[in-house]
Amino acid sequence: MTPRLEARAVSLPGRLRPTDFRLAAPALVCLVGPNGSGKTSLLHALARIDDPAGEVRIDGLRPEDLAPAARKRLLAYLPASREAAWPLAAGDLVRLGLPPGADDDEAEAAMAALDLAPFARRRVDRLSTGERSRVLIARALAPRPRLLLLDEPVANLDPLWQLRLMETLRAAVDQLGQGVVVAMHDLDLAARYADRLVLIDGGAIVAEGEPQAMLASPSLEAVFGIERVAGIWRPLNRPEDRRSSP
Amino acid sequence: MSRLAFPALILAAVSAFVLSLAVPWPPVAALLEEDRPLALALLWELRLPRALLALAYGAMLGASGAAIQALFANPLASPDLTGTTSGAALGAVVTAYLLGFSAPLALASGAVAGALAALVLLLALAGPRAETATLLLAGLAISALAGALTTLALALAPSPFAFYDAYEWLMGSLADRSLEQAAFAAAPALLAILLLLRLAGPLDSLTLGEEVAQSFGHDVRRLRFGIVCLTAFGVGACVAICGAIGFIGLVAPIFARRLSGGHPGRAVAPAALIGGLLLLAADLVVRTAPLGRTLPIGVVTALLGAPFFLWLVAHMRWRLAR
Repeated sequence: MTPRLEARAVSLPGRLRPTDFRLAAPALVCLVGPNGSGKTSLLHALARIDDPAGEVRIDGLRPEDLAPAARKRLLAYLPASREAAWPLAAGDLVRLGLPPGADDDEAEAAMAALDLAPFARRRVDRLSTGERSRVLIARALAPRPRLLLLDEPVANLDPLWQLRLMETLRAAVDQLGQGVVVAMHDLDLAARYADRLVLIDGGAIVAEGEPQAMLASPSLEAVFGIERVAGIWRPLNRPEDRRSSP
Repeated sequence: MSRLAFPALILAAVSAFVLSLAVPWPPVAALLEEDRPLALALLWELRLPRALLALAYGAMLGASGAAIQALFANPLASPDLTGTTSGAALGAVVTAYLLGFSAPLALASGAVAGALAALVLLLALAGPRAETATLLLAGLAISALAGALTTLALALAPSPFAFYDAYEWLMGSLADRSLEQAAFAAAPALLAILLLLRLAGPLDSLTLGEEVAQSFGHDVRRLRFGIVCLTAFGVGACVAICGAIGFIGLVAPIFARRLSGGHPGRAVAPAALIGGLLLLAADLVVRTAPLGRTLPIGVVTALLGAPFFLWLVAHMRWRLAR
């Protein structure tokens, strides 16, 4: 079977070392790693942003070979920034994610899934950051692409919406058969919903595996400098910890 | 855009064009009876070039203003406020008065080079997605520099009449251009507008940010390069023939976005029509104002456009302060 995503030796100068990345079948994969470790760069390389080296195939197709309209059905990328460069109405912004001539129902379904129907005619620069986040996420979800690449989608969302979004992404994989790759910092939330955690550090993948096993892995502790004691994360080897220990 | 708005705009632009040929009608009517060939010559050689230039230059300013505003993600970017028209004027003055080439093609080439230099300098100074203040300051600096260099070029020109000679042109004028000159401005403008229209989709995608536009498969660097070159090419050719005309490039896109649902890329087509319409209207005002003499059209667009610009600045400030 053709893998959903097959990335070979993708790299970005100074940001991401040559990396292989594969999703054999639809799955929810979370990229975790410290600030500046290369999560965004891997997402960029997969979305073909900033002229990365290497090759990406989604269901056997190279994104470069497709025109923008077809490419919107293949992959969608959500940047970490929640800025709106231009004050469009929320509904119009979501429709920009769809190919020209797409059915309006698609945009409306994506907005309804994120409870955005009341905001359809509101300008995005007049929404709160969390509301604007949901609009931007709806733009990425609307075309139901085969691969979703989301950079910190739960940032700025309240606890309920963090859960609802992760449920939505889970459903995207289980019901719609989409591949989803998400960069995020909340390790527990990631482990709860993901099929696989991928640990990134220094512009390279350093470990990956089943979520619960990854949470307990020494490499995760070493990379982040944290440890999990009685279900709570705490810094590893902080100077003050050393002082207080007997 | 509402279904009726676009045909209505086309109808309005065509009507303004016909009106520009016909007004004032009594001299033409009188001549038609006495000397038919002279009447046709008046229409063909005096009024047609003027109407053509107003339509083409206005449309070019509108379309490039819309494209530049979309590119910089800033509603205050326009060919005049970014120093493009001043750069073009400098290029044309240097070509005509220092290098001594006055053929339309040479003037147009000089103006295009000047406009291109101004836009490249703007990108280098302000960056591709500049804050409003940075963009306006960089544009102001480029305009001031180009203006000073234009004055210097005229002062150093071998001809003692250079200042007097260039004054009317620098203020912007559509009067007494030949059909050949009109073609030298209108043909590049039309070509540039048609090519800018093809960029409407990528420009709308750019509202989602450069990264997302790239993930759709748009080459953002090529898009930026294309808009800069097309604007310099079209605006430069028009400035070479008609001088610098301000504010149409700022005002037309703002009205156009009311018709495009706020989409900056889709606003390029209506902005071209509105720009052509505005300049035709301004020219009609110039020709029919009962002042006993002709006003430079650049003065009229500035007199109408500057208060609008002030209102826009105040409006933005009020909104940001809220």
